[in-house]
Amino acid sequence: MSGADKKWKALIVDDEELARKLLREMLNSHAEIEVAAECGNGMEAVKAAAEHKPDLLFLDVQMPKLTGFDVLELIEREGVAVIFVTAYDQYAMKAFDVHAVDYLLKPFSRERFEAALERARNTKPKKGVDAAELAAAARPAGQFAERIVVKDGTKVSLIPVAKLDYAEALDDYVSLVSEGRKHLKQQTISGLEMALDPALFVRIHRSYVVNLERVARIEPYGKESKVAILTNGVKLPVSRTGYSRLRKLLDEKT
Amino acid sequence: MDGSSIGKSAWSALGIAGLLFAVILGATLVTSWGMSWLAAVTLAIPMALLAQGIAWSARYTCRTNPLGRTEPWRIALTHLVAAIVLAYLWVGIGRTLAQWMDSGLAMTGTYKRFQDIQKHLYGVGFSYYLLAVAFHYMLLAQKESQEAQERALESSVRAREAELSALKAQINPHFLYNSLNSISALTSIDPARARDMCVALADFLRLTLGMGEKAVIPLREELSLLDKYCAIEKVRFGERLTLKEEVAEETKECLLPPLLLQPLFENAVVHGIAQMPEGGWIRLEAARNGDRLALTVENAWDPEAGSSRRNGVGLRNVQRRLEARYGNAAQLQASAEENVFRVKLQFPAETEKTK
Repeated sequence: MSGADKKWKALIVDDEELARKLLREMLNSHAEIEVAAECGNGMEAVKAAAEHKPDLLFLDVQMPKLTGFDVLELIEREGVAVIFVTAYDQYAMKAFDVHAVDYLLKPFSRERFEAALERARNTKPKKGVDAAELAAAARPAGQFAERIVVKDGTKVSLIPVAKLDYAEALDDYVSLVSEGRKHLKQQTISGLEMALDPALFVRIHRSYVVNLERVARIEPYGKESKVAILTNGVKLPVSRTGYSRLRKLLDEKT
Repeated sequence: MDGSSIGKSAWSALGIAGLLFAVILGATLVTSWGMSWLAAVTLAIPMALLAQGIAWSARYTCRTNPLGRTEPWRIALTHLVAAIVLAYLWVGIGRTLAQWMDSGLAMTGTYKRFQDIQKHLYGVGFSYYLLAVAFHYMLLAQKESQEAQERALESSVRAREAELSALKAQINPHFLYNSLNSISALTSIDPARARDMCVALADFLRLTLGMGEKAVIPLREELSLLDKYCAIEKVRFGERLTLKEEVAEETKECLLPPLLLQPLFENAVVHGIAQMPEGGWIRLEAARNGDRLALTVENAWDPEAGSSRRNGVGLRNVQRRLEARYGNAAQLQASAEENVFRVKLQFPAETEKTK
């Protein structure tokens, strides 16, 4: 945390009003902490985080639309101490994967709450957190992503994976193409590939992952390489290893 | 109770019978048929032992021809033939023994005496075998009824265990944790409401746990349980949860398995209301169409809210319990329309009077 003279800014994110009130009440006795905002859902939380740049984040996991893990994917993590507050114990491991400072199980005691604050005080927040790691932690173990969260400026979009046509690697970002629109997300293409169901998405090229259902046909292109033509006419390059992966998947389907 | 204890008592019964048989045979040989004591004992003991072997062998003919599952003429024929053959064999061996006693042991006259009485001995062997048959059939019947009792007991215990675990699984622990967290918040903000919520939660738990004892309850009892459940969830979700009820008066006495609707409401809250920032509604409709009861639980839901995580355990449980009670006479339909998730149950309308 920054200097002791400066007030901490805290954000409370929970979809239940009473749960938010409880946290606020417990923070009341801490003059050094100021509650910058209360948010009833993840969308509000992403907005408020950009606006207030909090030092401390109390975060519920199960919320409408965006889960607590989704929120972490979308906000600037640097200098933010995250304390999860949830009734579900099954996310505890994941919480530590995303470098949360603590994990409060509802209902919790005053002592437990103070201990969490103490930990937040004593923990030096990690600098950058790998986005792929966050995304991997956000989905249930052994399952693949059902949707991808992206932030375009201040607007948050949820892309169901079925509506994702393909993704293209652009340095530290991936460009996700869905319904004729492109969304930029800070993630590596390998990270994205790992999150997607390998029966539905295939890495056809060092820089491209494609939705198998969008592939209309594959044509030769030049001497060695091939090109995939999507149902909407878009052409994507296919590498040799990409072609063998594609073949294998298509053979399995037929 | 297991089979071996029956085996043990059967063995001792046969042992005692063998001893008695030897004594009676020996005494008869001496008193009625004029044998010497020594000759009578020498002859009676091996023959009694042999008779016991024959009596034990009846166990196998009885087992292979169980009563009630074999035609009577077959049973009669099998045992008659066995009785004749075995009696003949028994007397034959006895005669050989007597012959040997006569020449080998110098008990002169034994063989002559044996020949005089052998027609009686045929009768003794024949009847003794049939007596043994009766004994074994009795034993088998006893064993069978004991096994049937054990089976019945075991299956009723199993059914009860299954029912209890199904009910336990239906009280979602997260529902409890979240409710307790609400109470924890209310204790300082609004102590009176905290107390109300404690009472509502206690009522809900008492009703839920108490219902496990019953096979069916009237709909009005399930409705009062739903009232408690919704009162608790309303504290948590506030304005986000709206309830609509259209319950026809004549359905309230209809019977249904307990906690049939509660998991559907819980699904509606967890997968519907909780997934929508603005909240939504749950609607219950109960109607009677002649001899059928139709129950519908609908809720607003957002198909894009990622609630595909619903794994259907609650719904499957409801289906299983309906099937267990009504078999093919019950239907469960779950459908997701644009913004409405609907579960419709139909099954025979029973009341305490018609049951």
